[in-house]
Amino acid sequence: MNAIPPEPLATAPAVRQSPMRLALRRFLRHRLAVAGLVIVVLFVLGAALAPLIATADPNATSWSAIRREPSATYFFGTDENGRDVFSRVIWGARASLAAGFLSVAVALFIGVPIGLLAGLAGGWVDALISRIADAMLSVPFLILAIALAAFLGPALENAMIAIAISASPVFVRLSRGMALEANATDWVEAARALGNPPWRLGLLHVLPNIIPPLLVQATLSIAEAIIAEASLSFLGLGQQPPAPSWGSMLNSAQRFLTQAPWLAIFPGLAIFLVVLAFNLVGDGLRDALDPRSEKR
Amino acid sequence: MMLALEDVARRFGTVRAVDGVTLSVAQGQVLAVVGESGCGKSTLGRLALRLIEPDRGRIRFAGEDLGKLSPRALRARRRDMQLIFQDPFGSLDPRMTVEQAVAEPLILHNIVPRAKVRERVAEMLTRVGLRPELATRWPHEFSGGQRQRIAIARALASGPKLVIGDEPVSALDVSVQAQVVNLLQDLIRDLGLTFILISHDLGVVRHIADRVAVMYLGRIVEEGTTAAIFTAPRHPYTRALLAAVPGQGGGAPPLEGDVPSPSNPPPGCHFHTRCPFAEAICRVESPALEGGVACHLADRLPPAVAMAEAEPGGARLARLQEFFKDGARA
Repeated sequence: MNAIPPEPLATAPAVRQSPMRLALRRFLRHRLAVAGLVIVVLFVLGAALAPLIATADPNATSWSAIRREPSATYFFGTDENGRDVFSRVIWGARASLAAGFLSVAVALFIGVPIGLLAGLAGGWVDALISRIADAMLSVPFLILAIALAAFLGPALENAMIAIAISASPVFVRLSRGMALEANATDWVEAARALGNPPWRLGLLHVLPNIIPPLLVQATLSIAEAIIAEASLSFLGLGQQPPAPSWGSMLNSAQRFLTQAPWLAIFPGLAIFLVVLAFNLVGDGLRDALDPRSEKR
Repeated sequence: MMLALEDVARRFGTVRAVDGVTLSVAQGQVLAVVGESGCGKSTLGRLALRLIEPDRGRIRFAGEDLGKLSPRALRARRRDMQLIFQDPFGSLDPRMTVEQAVAEPLILHNIVPRAKVRERVAEMLTRVGLRPELATRWPHEFSGGQRQRIAIARALASGPKLVIGDEPVSALDVSVQAQVVNLLQDLIRDLGLTFILISHDLGVVRHIADRVAVMYLGRIVEEGTTAAIFTAPRHPYTRALLAAVPGQGGGAPPLEGDVPSPSNPPPGCHFHTRCPFAEAICRVESPALEGGVACHLADRLPPAVAMAEAEPGGARLARLQEFFKDGARA
């Protein structure tokens, strides 16, 4: 066999560049997204370390300190039962973040395999799955979550299940579309020509390639899920009293909007901040993971 | 016969991409399928590997009817038949390193024990002229020629008997084309591969093919040894195709008009609308492929002017090949 001249090494960059590492570098250049990530991390830390950070028992009532204004003792004031609002906001982050992360994780777990199946199997399987997803998407997200939560009964776990189910059709549709797109590429045909069975094609070839858009959508869905949890709790369908949740705090605050606005301001601000932060992270991820910018 | 197609046909909607093709390749042979783009040659390649299902006809691979295999048995068979794609930027999974890509067929078909996979990948990379140290890199870090070498290493890793190259060099720079043609030629010879080259580059075809099949609108119009096709083409379309090679000129009248739509091919001989020799029978009756040519008038046509031995494409390619061989020795 003729000796083939080895290709010069010079054409390849010196540092190994995985697609993920390149994306990370682009993400870190995105200042707002990094700010969003910092806020998310702070909230997560706050929720995880709630017992250490909270200045008081979030459920301890005090008849001597009812609806106190924010002060050095009560950073965010106290509520109508004399409970420390700061501590309740910190503990309430647990309900909100748990609802955000867990329900979206479950939604991914339900939606992605079903979507991949629809996209790769095609035919009547695809038609059936797509019609069901369309039917679910035709009902507004929050309305569907409220209906499911009401059906399951008022509890934080049930609210999370309801949110997970309502959020899953988005992932079905997204992963189906991406699977269809991937299916038309040469590299999927090549994988098939190599003798890959369908499950390997879906899990080892298509799935890794659709993770970027799924990650972006998941981040945005977490923001939606947090709003949904707050809304369900506001309606009494989520976190049950006396356990703290931003949504239920807003509910009890509405009666005192003029006398004690801090009851609404701080949990509202918490929801606003965390939702904004997740949206910023999602936008940053989208820019960082966009395949069109991959070559840069 | 390594591969034998019998009356294979496939439509996409109204388009008759492949319209009744009978063709065979003997073991160790290099068969080129040539024709203009859209004539169905890529579809034919995929039908031959049963990557697309035929509407009718039979495909025998090493004596076995591929159409009768269960999906599982067909997947297992894929270790013996592989495909090299035209576009090296599209055929590699962007989220797999070179090592993962080349290792995949080894793992899928249990070619070597897991512990030896890495070693075997390094061997394959060396074989196609890439440094084994590059195994941990991602496809986007390579040039087109390097990627095509990776794709070739992947296609050959499982030790296939039959390899189909779907325009394997036409997406590459001309200088790189010569290197990859050299590489393919070496591999075909050293590994005793049966190879089907789908191409429109007659220079490359003449260089490496033993036999040539000419396709027009989904049908084979002429088939024969490379020498016969290039020196004594019999079908008017083959003559026109050879005459169309730049700098060739004069050998046959140039083609007039466009290729008719494959969704509404002309009746009779598909080629009669552009054929300078067409007679009444050509418009009515479709000629069968007999004695290597599908033309009613094959015996009565004036003798063709042979394609010059040193046609420009071949000469250019030969020079480049020489250049790179010298480079290797230096």
